[in-house]
Amino acid sequence: MTIKEITDRIDGKVICCEEKLANSVEYAFASDLMSDVLTIEKENMVLITGLANLQTIRTSEMSDISCIIFARDKKIGEEMVTLARENNMILVESPHSVFHISGELYKAGLKSIY
Amino acid sequence: MQFRHKIAGGDFAKAGNVASSLKKVLRQLNIDHTVSKRIVIALYEGEVNVVAHAYSGVIEVEIDEEKVKINITDKGPGIIDIEKAMKEGYSTATSQVREMGFGAGMGLSNMKKNSDLMKISSVPGEGTIVELLNYIRPDAR
Repeated sequence: MTIKEITDRIDGKVICCEEKLANSVEYAFASDLMSDVLTIEKENMVLITGLANLQTIRTSEMSDISCIIFARDKKIGEEMVTLARENNMILVESPHSVFHISGELYKAGLKSIY
Repeated sequence: MQFRHKIAGGDFAKAGNVASSLKKVLRQLNIDHTVSKRIVIALYEGEVNVVAHAYSGVIEVEIDEEKVKINITDKGPGIIDIEKAMKEGYSTATSQVREMGFGAGMGLSNMKKNSDLMKISSVPGEGTIVELLNYIRPDAR
């Protein structure tokens, strides 16, 4: 599924790296626990999270995650955007909850990791 | 090739800077992606541990044709019971650390999973040394 299709389904607002919306992903993982994210070996996935801080971006950098969806309108700080841009990472804000976003994207065909 | 970085305890804004720069170096050296990802994740977890628990730390990285060796030495409270600390779910992290998305007691076991060899030694009240070793050729593990 392309990131564009994903953002359309979750009323997403793209904050960073809009030029990469045609990229596609196969998997999604939802967590606020970065330690959990770091145990995932799969790539080609989006992270759905309610945790909006620099470590969310750093963790995604280490785990080669190319798109992060922030639930419930969590605000993405400037430092986060700078770091995401350096790493070609798409950041999306959605007004919906982690549960809602996960449900929509699961229904649309994104695969679960576990 | 050798590097040495100092890290400050409590400085969450910079946690991950060393792992990020090592990631770029490993990419330039054309190291196998799976191998470099393991190294970078182990180091990142180690870096977060120092920031979360210690007062200060030093990370030394040594890369040769066969392996990447990382030593993380910190000044801090140390680990009283290493066996217990290695158990998934055991944590002494503060609420500030948990707010950053860590502190679930998974760091050390994830470091072990992502390294070919890991050694921890600690003196309570003084500090901790974690040695990580990863072979560069994926089949050398």
